[in-house]
Amino acid sequence: MLKLENITMAVNDNNGENREIIHGISMEFQPGKLYAVTGPNGGGKTSIAKLIMGIYKHNCGSIYLNDEDISDLNVSERARKGIAYAFQQPPRFKGLRVSDLLQIACPGIDNISLRASLRDVGLCPEDYLDRDVGPGLSGGEIKRVEIAQVLGRDASVSIFDEPEAGVDLWTIQKLIGIIISKFKGNDDLTAIIITHNENVLHICDEIIVVEDGLIKAKGTPEEIWPLIREDVECKMKEQCRGEIVYEI
Amino acid sequence: MKFDQLDMTLLQAIADIKNLPQGALNIRRDGQAVLRQSSPNISITTNPENGGLIVDIKAGTKNETVHVPVILTQSGFKDKVYNKFIVGEDADVTIIAGCGIHNDSHADSSHDGIHEVIVKKGARMKYIEKHYGEGSGKGKRILNPTTIIRVESGATAEMEMSQIKGVDDTLRSTVAYIKEKGNLKVVERLLTHDSQIAESDIEVHIEGGGGVAQILSRSVAQDNSTQVFKAALYGENECSGHVECDAIIMDGAKIRAVPQLVAENAEAILTHEAAIGKIAGEQLIKLMSLGLSEQEAINTILEGFLR
Ligand SMILES: Nc1ncnc2c1ncn2[C@@H]1O[C@H](COP(=O)(O)OP(=O)(O)OP(=O)(O)O)[C@@H](O)[C@H]1O
Ligand SMILES: [Mg+2]
Repeated sequence: MLKLENITMAVNDNNGENREIIHGISMEFQPGKLYAVTGPNGGGKTSIAKLIMGIYKHNCGSIYLNDEDISDLNVSERARKGIAYAFQQPPRFKGLRVSDLLQIACPGIDNISLRASLRDVGLCPEDYLDRDVGPGLSGGEIKRVEIAQVLGRDASVSIFDEPEAGVDLWTIQKLIGIIISKFKGNDDLTAIIITHNENVLHICDEIIVVEDGLIKAKGTPEEIWPLIREDVECKMKEQCRGEIVYEI
Repeated sequence: MKFDQLDMTLLQAIADIKNLPQGALNIRRDGQAVLRQSSPNISITTNPENGGLIVDIKAGTKNETVHVPVILTQSGFKDKVYNKFIVGEDADVTIIAGCGIHNDSHADSSHDGIHEVIVKKGARMKYIEKHYGEGSGKGKRILNPTTIIRVESGATAEMEMSQIKGVDDTLRSTVAYIKEKGNLKVVERLLTHDSQIAESDIEVHIEGGGGVAQILSRSVAQDNSTQVFKAALYGENECSGHVECDAIIMDGAKIRAVPQLVAENAEAILTHEAAIGKIAGEQLIKLMSLGLSEQEAINTILEGFLR
């Protein structure tokens, strides 16, 4: 179980001033459950994911993984403890290929599984394995390679940060299928999906709404959906109009 | 067998030679040709004027490889050699050169290679040169290659030059002349560490119409090393050329990149890009989130960058 207890975090903003962006939140993520984290832009979803991964450091509070306080562990150590994070905006590399990243993500992976992991995210292995994860991949392609890495890690806690962003609707449907088959009913794994996508929200066991660095609501999709429906539908419409389908 | 373990280590580092290759070959050790073999299409002879090599590749030769590695194992040895490569019309060949120095002494070891390469009409050539140094001595390992390359009309030449480890001091000078519709690509990869100094001066003259030149450099400077990269592209006709220099700087290193474009014709299209920066923090974090330690992440990024 992953537990955040009274977590507060501040960043240095442009003027060099300390600004608190996460205000003492507590959350619990049980194994065998699928969580959605949603809420308006700038609400603090990515910051929470980065706090869990150890990319951001909290000022107050503690983070526990299976009752062990992991607050002082760095990113690598947390990764080795079983936390994985698919970035909202994955960085690009010069000279690292798709196959390199997948091999780093899943040490010792055999060739067949390597190729399967790309097919799972709708990429043809022949076309992509040898490509650089660099400027030559489109935004959606980078996202899919990113998701493949985290799916392949089999981490006990997997966090996906807006997996739908920049990804075409067909692939989103496929991804939902993969997420259901991998995480639903698997008592050992926890998945946390940061999302604005209605279909993704509906497959989750619990939805957590984060706004202004606070948890505004949480509950089952049946409980939460009526509260956020308008916001999400509005965002989905924008997505379908193509306005935010591809992120840069 | 005339080669000991030390020789083979150097040969493998610079020319990927594990077993002696078939085909045309010349291995020079401490100033002497210790093994030479020609092939029916490729003759290797000694130039009577200067004692260097003449590698003559017959017109139309296809898919052959010539190996001409140089190794220095005698401490404090100073070697200088003039080599000439003639790639005949419409040939398609790969030349694997390179120099490896092992120096355990306090005296400097150096190799000055002066190469002239002529790629005749319609021919294609790939030239691969690796530099490598090792040994425990305080004596420097110095390499100063000079290359003059002439790309004749419709010919294509690709030169891949890398210096990955252990060379203390290097001044590489490359001058190229490209005729009508000739195409030249120069790719440099460089890693310097400790207090090494590496300078590369490249000058490319695109003389013929439709000529194309690309100069690409990727380098990493670590510790207190110094790198200077100068690339001048002269567009003397209707042509296109691009210079790109991409460097990662670390520790207390210094890098100077000086791309220069000289257009002498209104139809010349010349561009350059230069970037120097440290490893992006985001890239490190990303790899660490996959379980690599910080040092493993750095090594992975550098290896990929220099590949
Ligand atoms: N490294 C940082 N430096 C400065 N401000 C930051 C940093 N990271 C996050 N913030 C600020 O914290 C707030 C929350 O950002 P966060 O990225 O967590 O939002 P989000 O909920 O993921 O939004 P979105 O839906 O747009 O992805 C924003 O106001 C953002 O500007
Ligand atoms: Mg976000």
